[in-house]
Amino acid sequence: MGTVFSFDVRGGEPGAVRAALDEAVAGLHRVNEVFSTYREDSQVSRLARGEIDVGDCDPEVAEVLELAAEAERVSDGWFSPRYRGRLDPTGIVKGWAAERAARAIAAAGASGVSVNGGGDVQLLGTPEPHRPWRVGVSDPLRPGGLAAVVSAAGVSELAVATSGTAERGAHIVDPRTGRSAVTDLVAVTVVAPRLTWADCWATAAFAMGSRQGLRWLESLPDVEALLITAGDEVRCTGGLAARLG
Amino acid sequence: MRKSHPVRRVVLTAAATVSGIVLLLSLKPASGPGAAQAAGGAAPQQSAAAQESPQGGARAAGTGTVTGKVVKTQYGPVQVRITVRDGKITKAEAVQAPEGGLSSQKTATAVPKLNQEAVAAQSAQIDAVSGATYTSTGYRQSLQSALDQAGG
Repeated sequence: MGTVFSFDVRGGEPGAVRAALDEAVAGLHRVNEVFSTYREDSQVSRLARGEIDVGDCDPEVAEVLELAAEAERVSDGWFSPRYRGRLDPTGIVKGWAAERAARAIAAAGASGVSVNGGGDVQLLGTPEPHRPWRVGVSDPLRPGGLAAVVSAAGVSELAVATSGTAERGAHIVDPRTGRSAVTDLVAVTVVAPRLTWADCWATAAFAMGSRQGLRWLESLPDVEALLITAGDEVRCTGGLAARLG
Repeated sequence: MRKSHPVRRVVLTAAATVSGIVLLLSLKPASGPGAAQAAGGAAPQQSAAAQESPQGGARAAGTGTVTGKVVKTQYGPVQVRITVRDGKITKAEAVQAPEGGLSSQKTATAVPKLNQEAVAAQSAQIDAVSGATYTSTGYRQSLQSALDQAGG
């Protein structure tokens, strides 16, 4: 995945939380080994080449492929677990893995968990008793600035995922053409309870462009979003305001 | 707010932060049981960036200038120097950043951005940033290592 994961873990019994954290980190390395499309010998690479079946893989592979298929359905094909016809679930793995890691640590007793996987964040609980987690959304057009600050006030879980061209260039592919997505957007940030979906929806909406993307995001339950166009227009879903601050 | 209403930008000049920084700083009161930065995997050329060791402990704040370890990113090595005064970051700069081609372009935008973020991290009540990726990631990790040294 070529990504750094940052953990911010609060509360709980230190020994148990530390053990869960270590396990989560080991789990991320395992995910990379299994899912990396850069590794010729990963299970996903072998699966893509038809050398093995899903049944031969770790159970997580089937789980992720099912989630990816659902993302493809919900997004009407705008999210795709394939790249140029070849199996490539990379687009869902990072968010899924970060969410899973966060939940495992919370389950071990931590009262607040923030896992940031390369700019996509899963928040659980609170950092302090009377303070919610707050996530800055990078302004793609003003380096150093924030386009918004999202707060998890009032909810026990929240994810913030951003897809865009700001730092990695054009890396989102239109699944219909196989080429870089032609879009008027520079960034889409999706706020939703689960990072697995937030990440997929941000990617899909980015490829759709601002009009269709916003309309589609608005139709999804429990999903809010902030879309920034190349023309520096900021558009958002109707309920986003309640999540800002 | 009405649907599709263009939201007024919340412009917080240099009020961004880096989760890795807040991660460590927030631990200084010795309240958190653990925190870690870990590379969750990498393409082969990036494996060097995979510093797995969860660096938890709370540490006392220091004063001085420290230089982080060189972190290899997809775009090249990144190294950061920070100035810490009374436990607060007062300056952050890149002493090594990728050069050449696309990497230079990325560095040009990513590094100044993070400089501001690092300096502002103390004042902003923000726990993480959504939107950052590769080069900034390496930078962040290096800054993390600088902070660890500052605390040690």
